Amino acid sequence: MNVLTVSGARKSFGTVTALDGASFELRQGELLALLGPNGAGKTTLIRAIAGRVRLDSGEIRMFDRLLDGRHTPPELGIVPQEIAIYPLLTARENLEVFGALHGLQGQDLRKQVDWGLDSVGLSDRGRDPVGQFSGGMRRRLNIACGVLHRPRVVLLDEPTVGVDPQSRDRIYDTLAALAAAGASLLLTTHHLEEAEARCSRTVIIDHGKAIASGTTPELVDQTVGRYRLVSLRLNMPLGIADAARLTSEAGVDIDAADAKVVKARMRDVAMELPTLLDTIRAAGRTIDDVDVRGPSLQAVFIHLTGKDLRE
Amino acid sequence: MIRTVLRIGFLNLRRDRVALSLKFVLPVIFFSIFASVFGGRGNAGTARINLAVVDEDQSEFSIRLLAGLRNEKGLNVRTTAEGNGTGPTLDRRTAEHSVRSGDVPVAVVIPAGLGESFAKDGFTGGAAVSIQLLSDVSDPIAPQMVQGLLQKVTMTAAPDLLMQGGLRQFEQQAGAMTPQQKTAVDAWIPRLREQSQPGSTAQGGGGGMGVRVDVIDVMRSSSNNGSLISFYAAGVGVMFLLFSSVAGAGGALLDEAEAGTLERVLSTNVSLTGLLAGKWIFLALGGVAQLTVMFLWGSVVFGVPLFSHLPGFFVMTTVTAGAAAALGLVLATLARSREQLSGFSTILVLTMSALGGSMFPRFLMSETMQKVGLLTFNAWALDGYLKVFWRDAPLWQLWPQVLVLCGLTAVFLGTARMLARRWEAA
Repeated sequence: MNVLTVSGARKSFGTVTALDGASFELRQGELLALLGPNGAGKTTLIRAIAGRVRLDSGEIRMFDRLLDGRHTPPELGIVPQEIAIYPLLTARENLEVFGALHGLQGQDLRKQVDWGLDSVGLSDRGRDPVGQFSGGMRRRLNIACGVLHRPRVVLLDEPTVGVDPQSRDRIYDTLAALAAAGASLLLTTHHLEEAEARCSRTVIIDHGKAIASGTTPELVDQTVGRYRLVSLRLNMPLGIADAARLTSEAGVDIDAADAKVVKARMRDVAMELPTLLDTIRAAGRTIDDVDVRGPSLQAVFIHLTGKDLRE
Repeated sequence: MIRTVLRIGFLNLRRDRVALSLKFVLPVIFFSIFASVFGGRGNAGTARINLAVVDEDQSEFSIRLLAGLRNEKGLNVRTTAEGNGTGPTLDRRTAEHSVRSGDVPVAVVIPAGLGESFAKDGFTGGAAVSIQLLSDVSDPIAPQMVQGLLQKVTMTAAPDLLMQGGLRQFEQQAGAMTPQQKTAVDAWIPRLREQSQPGSTAQGGGGGMGVRVDVIDVMRSSSNNGSLISFYAAGVGVMFLLFSSVAGAGGALLDEAEAGTLERVLSTNVSLTGLLAGKWIFLALGGVAQLTVMFLWGSVVFGVPLFSHLPGFFVMTTVTAGAAAALGLVLATLARSREQLSGFSTILVLTMSALGGSMFPRFLMSETMQKVGLLTFNAWALDGYLKVFWRDAPLWQLWPQVLVLCGLTAVFLGTARMLARRWEAA
């Protein structure tokens, strides 16, 4: 079941087109990664869903209700990219004020504040001013402030930027717990490995459009195909004739930066790799190292959005 | 190396317009203000002193004295309740009220019998009957100036009467004059009378002798010790209230916008109008607390009569703090960055404080500058405090100041809401 549907979203700021017909959906209980290069329109999309940007055309529906683009839906929790908390307040006070602003009060507020501190691993630091916190602790509190009111849909704009691996793990554990409890989460990130490992689906957006969506295997099938990238390090570079023969017959690439490294794309590694090893040995070379890599979201992303720098 | 450091400084300064304006424009603005205030540029120079005159004597001498005072270019004489010559004729009580209420800084009461005393005793007659000068010593200039002009006018307005009185004294002490002497005097007196006509530039020849003037401080008569300090407390207090309101509003809006908390708060159940209202109330309460602390300190250390003027103090403090908070919000919503706000508000607050009387009393300024001062926030606030602490005005007399400050508050809040639309959904 779709909890959020974005259809044909268009938005321009002056002459700059931020969204150019973006469409995608968020399903019940999933953790959806929204990927895209800088300036692709991710933040505009997040802000439009949050009621902070009015679309020029297109529509956004949450639980089948059309959003007006002016008000934040009550079912929504937002975790901004900035660490938007008050540094002079303690962690508990921050949670109290943002909980109250979302309508929590009394015993319910106190209960949720305790839950928030516990869920991000800050129970023992609740009474310390946030200004004394590390970047990772602030980032975790930033998330807790956005989900304290039990939102059914959560938008997270780069929730793990600038934090250490321990905090990142804790953050994803928190998000997984929210998803397990029934919340649907949409997050933007530039950490593609994280998206691949932690998110159930991915939407890739570029130039204001959603250009691909699905699970990582689905995206791989749609784009680069399910090959493996095999890299062999030889004891010495191949001779010119051998290199030419391997390139034409086996589809091998010689690394331009290091002539001792040979690369090949293989659909069936078990069948194709022994043949390649035999050929190289026949050319009088020995193999120092073998590296086999599967198709990654990184490869899909670069395939879809190109290698050119953005902005 | 030093050349590179210089280049960095120059490039940064050139691109920072606020720093540039603070460096070059602010000093010029302040120089112009001070030059206008003290140099009288662009106006008629020093203000004419409004003077109320009560003629209880109605003698030839008092009438000529009044005419002489009217003829003085430095004075704006009135004998009726209204400055334009309308309304009931002033008496001692209404003249004192005019001084106490701030309509005029000085009133002159010519008591009954002064003319007769002069006609009889000449120069020394003033010892028995003296002119009374009712003054507000919060204005250190006007009473002194009027006193001096009174001495001049008594000499020049009725030299013939003074001469006759003096000769009478002489005859009492030295015996009657001879017929020849009397003829000479009779020929001289009409010439003196001619010299006393309006427009005459004749100077009194009385040397140090003249009419006796009793200066009565009508403000002190109600045990107002420390009231002048309260004027300065209000002046400094209002100026710093403006600074702190602007800084507070900047922190409340611009810093929060930069940190992202503003966007986050606006993504909750709070509307932009609700947010601004909350910020305004917070800033206004902070302003009330700030002024209260200042006056409490003034009360304890300098004897500011705070506790005998509590109702008026709280009325003026509430409306002043409310208006200052609203002005702070306008400036914060107008500025695009903290740096812009800081530079712009420094110029505005210092300019308003200079023109509005926070740095030096407005009554020291020319009439034109006093009128210009009324365009500032400070002038209305300080006039209100002056009424409360100096003039002992009842609460209802604060209505012009309260009305203007409340009106300004409404305008400022409306403007701030309009400017804050940039934080609404794009």
